[in-house]
Amino acid sequence: MTVNIGYGALVLTFIVSLYAIGAAIYGERNKKPRWVDSARNAMVLIFPLLTISAGALILLLVNNDFQVEYVASVTSRSMPTYLRVTALWGGQPGSLLFWSWLMAGFASAVTLRKWDRDREFLPWVIVVTLATLVFFLLLVVFYENPFVRMWQTPVGSVLTQIFQPTGSIPYVPGDGRGLNPLLRHPGMIIHPPLLYLGFVAFVIPFAFAIAALITGRTDDRWIRITRRWTLWAWLFLSLGLILGGRWAYDVLGWGGYWAWDPVEISALLPWLAATPFLHSVMIQEKRGMLKHWNMLLIIFTYDLMIFGTFLTRSGVLSSVHSFAQSAIGPLFFAFIGVTLIVSLYLLSRRWDELKAEAQFTSWLSRESLFMINNLLFVGILVVCFWGMIFPLISEIFTGQKVTVGPVFYENATGPLWLALLFLMGVAPLSAWRASTAKSLGRNLWKPAVISFLVPIILLLTGMISMAAILTFWMGAFVFSVTLYEFYKGAMARHKRAGENFFVALWTLMGRNRRRYGGYIIHLGVIFMAVGIIGLEVFQTETQGSLALGESLELGPYTMVYTSLSEFDTDDNRNVARAVVEVYEGDEFLTELYPRKDFFYESQQPMTIPGVRSTMEDDFYVIMADWKPITTKNATFKVYHNPLVNWLWVGSIIFILGTFVAAWPEKEDSPKRAKKSVSASEKV
Amino acid sequence: MTEDNSILENQEGKPKISFGRILAWVFVLALLGVVYIQLAKSQQGTIEIGAMAPEFTLTSFEGETFDSEQLKGKVVLLNFWASWCKPCELEAADLEAAWKFYEPRGDVIFLGVDWTDTTNEANEYLEKFSITYPNGPDLGTRISQSYRTTGVPETYIIDKEGVLGRVKIGPFQTYQEIISMVDDVLNQ
Amino acid sequence: MNKKYWILGLIIILTLVVVTPAIAQNNTPPTDDEVNSLAKNMYCPVCENIPLDVCGTAACAQWRQQISDMLGDGFSDQEIYDFFALQYGDRVLAQPPRTGLNWLVYIVPPAAILIFAFVVFSYMKNKQKPTTDPMVAEAVEEQKEDEDDYQSQLENELKKRL
Repeated sequence: MTVNIGYGALVLTFIVSLYAIGAAIYGERNKKPRWVDSARNAMVLIFPLLTISAGALILLLVNNDFQVEYVASVTSRSMPTYLRVTALWGGQPGSLLFWSWLMAGFASAVTLRKWDRDREFLPWVIVVTLATLVFFLLLVVFYENPFVRMWQTPVGSVLTQIFQPTGSIPYVPGDGRGLNPLLRHPGMIIHPPLLYLGFVAFVIPFAFAIAALITGRTDDRWIRITRRWTLWAWLFLSLGLILGGRWAYDVLGWGGYWAWDPVEISALLPWLAATPFLHSVMIQEKRGMLKHWNMLLIIFTYDLMIFGTFLTRSGVLSSVHSFAQSAIGPLFFAFIGVTLIVSLYLLSRRWDELKAEAQFTSWLSRESLFMINNLLFVGILVVCFWGMIFPLISEIFTGQKVTVGPVFYENATGPLWLALLFLMGVAPLSAWRASTAKSLGRNLWKPAVISFLVPIILLLTGMISMAAILTFWMGAFVFSVTLYEFYKGAMARHKRAGENFFVALWTLMGRNRRRYGGYIIHLGVIFMAVGIIGLEVFQTETQGSLALGESLELGPYTMVYTSLSEFDTDDNRNVARAVVEVYEGDEFLTELYPRKDFFYESQQPMTIPGVRSTMEDDFYVIMADWKPITTKNATFKVYHNPLVNWLWVGSIIFILGTFVAAWPEKEDSPKRAKKSVSASEKV
Repeated sequence: MTEDNSILENQEGKPKISFGRILAWVFVLALLGVVYIQLAKSQQGTIEIGAMAPEFTLTSFEGETFDSEQLKGKVVLLNFWASWCKPCELEAADLEAAWKFYEPRGDVIFLGVDWTDTTNEANEYLEKFSITYPNGPDLGTRISQSYRTTGVPETYIIDKEGVLGRVKIGPFQTYQEIISMVDDVLNQ
Repeated sequence: MNKKYWILGLIIILTLVVVTPAIAQNNTPPTDDEVNSLAKNMYCPVCENIPLDVCGTAACAQWRQQISDMLGDGFSDQEIYDFFALQYGDRVLAQPPRTGLNWLVYIVPPAAILIFAFVVFSYMKNKQKPTTDPMVAEAVEEQKEDEDDYQSQLENELKKRL
């Protein structure tokens, strides 16, 4: 019954979406607004419909309905309930349904906004959003259906079909195969949903951009409407990436958070296109420039998002993140090809209408510096894209597979990241339109002088890594510039309005959310950079096979292997858990419990590190796979990761800043509206 | 980033069909082409039975060279294995027994292709199962790549004309299974 | 053809070296850390995208043993990398070797960035020609008394009050 309801709702959504696309186009072409309204109503409906469908699948998962093939493949009786719910995105069919569901949420939400001023966009936003949704629903309904059940025929073979074949009886396996152990981690519960949310939310700005191209309304209206959508999408995507890193650090047991795995890169690529987009839209809003460029960036963001999904699900790239190979690859490819070509075609058709309304007037103006920011981000994007795609090219032309590993990406993108850090310090101080070296220097010299203390101190303490010294210097520079900005702004208010300094700071931020939210994000980035440098430059590691009571030294720490226990758990795991004491000099610090879980259902091992984490450094112990573990002997791999916690703290600041910038407020304040009018009059 | 060329050139009011724009389209299409080829490859799956088997050259651990061209006229059983592969051990003794059965005929040859393995352990493995048919390393994983193997063990039986006759993914369960597959190819 | 024989020769020699227990060895066996420092830069086809030093499969354990053996026999790091690349293909190396088509991986990104940078800068330069265009002059004029420029507003504010 649940299956029928879930599947019925799914098919109904598919039909309703198709209808809405048709009605929107028909209504728009024939000037019949009632049809467009009908399409809009249909679009509101799809989220509740897919909620029924996803809800039905969750119900099946929670109730151990193993007759459903998907349920049997991702859950088992020994799994706790919360993991059964998260199994919704533990396999290909379920995660595609989940993805569609999230997207439907955004689609329905966008139809609920006030459309009075933007009626002409409505039909095309419906078409673009739903065309994307229909594609995913097509995959779910026809190729990767999570509601397929298993039936036993009289001859004994097992069929997989939605409906009961005549003469067959339901086939219900005694237990399921269980969720992939790597996915049984709190980080994995929220990492995929957030990443998906980030991905699907970018469909909305893309839909508006395409609507603007089709209707020829090429002012910055589409950007103003989607500003908040874009920020939320960016927030989710950033959170998804960060949590993915945290998950890797906690679970994958290689001592790091980012391995430059092709699939990781494919999730980073949309972020690398979206971040310059967030910056360059400001130039279009303020100055009416870079219209083509913004269109290109949002098109790239969208198609890189689909491309990333395609790579993980088609078997083109192999990686720890890949889903099993399936038949949906060619469909994905066709979809990417069509959307990319159509949107680029639409852009080239409107090319001449998207002329800039103003010009660059100074090398040091805010817009020039933003342009350089874009250049650097796109540079990183090119490096990552090329590194990811190159093994494919190599295999085609030479027949040899090659690996493009972390060293390549680190060397190629390192200087670009550093330059971005520098820009983060300079750009906020430069003015729109025109900035002279003199005015910029006047703003910069104080923070610059303060920050100069940092490399001097570092050199005096004997640090020799250039990368680290430069990064810390730039970090200090941006930090003092940003704080100085907060201080200046708050002081100005304080003096003028006589407000208490902190009240002034608060109202200041409230009045200029995007600006100060952006600054907070920048502060977060500095913290993150410190953590990244800590791990990239100062990480040390050692390894040794220890008998009970033996010890291993690394950095300031000593670890002593004191005992090992091995036991089976209720949820079908075999756990080998070591107890390790950590000392700094003679002082006992803590006990750590690195362990190795072996999952019987999936026959997979998993290494879980024991970590002592402080702001200064992490002491990270794993039981390595090098030699078989015996009660007498175990091989430990130990990492000393200085400063890595700054990365996580920075991430939290980063996310808070995004919240500040993205929190809803009135669409356009009257003052700004007036300004944009006068700006257009000027031109 | 050829697209960018075209943005800027066009803003300067150059003719509509600009060099940059053509370049941008070529770039986009080339990119799609590369991904398409790779996608087609990953969709291929195993080689079809009845197709010409890919050519190979195998140099055995003893230094003898076997070339697929020279082996025409014989039925070739090409077995991919590795010493670290537990399932391979299930079939090792049966394969050797089957080889002993066919060896006197002269028109059947067994070849073991040792995939991503280390020489020490490979030799120990061959000794452990007293394997006498020729085995050699898959240098640069070229043979496995051209046969599009997905792991070990996998076995490809090629008929006298060089056409692929039978494929077995995973270990043979019984001696009889090997014999019947090879006989099938011999009697075609 | 020549190259093939060379490879063959090298592999036979290495095989002999590896197989025959070293008799005149007096150096201590390499530590795990020494092996790891090489393994870190290698990938085995069995566990794709996971570096050899942390990969848990039996195949990788054997590869690490092989590295350890070769280090014990006095091979240099580079010789070991070369041996693995010959034996198992270029994909065992963390970076494509700098030969032939592989140069593209190193050349294309910097070239693309340079071209892009050149285009951006020449575009910005064109736009900055000192011009008699009244519109631009006007814009500059406006800028001086521009009220909505947040930065200058702040500056003025501060100057007045501080």
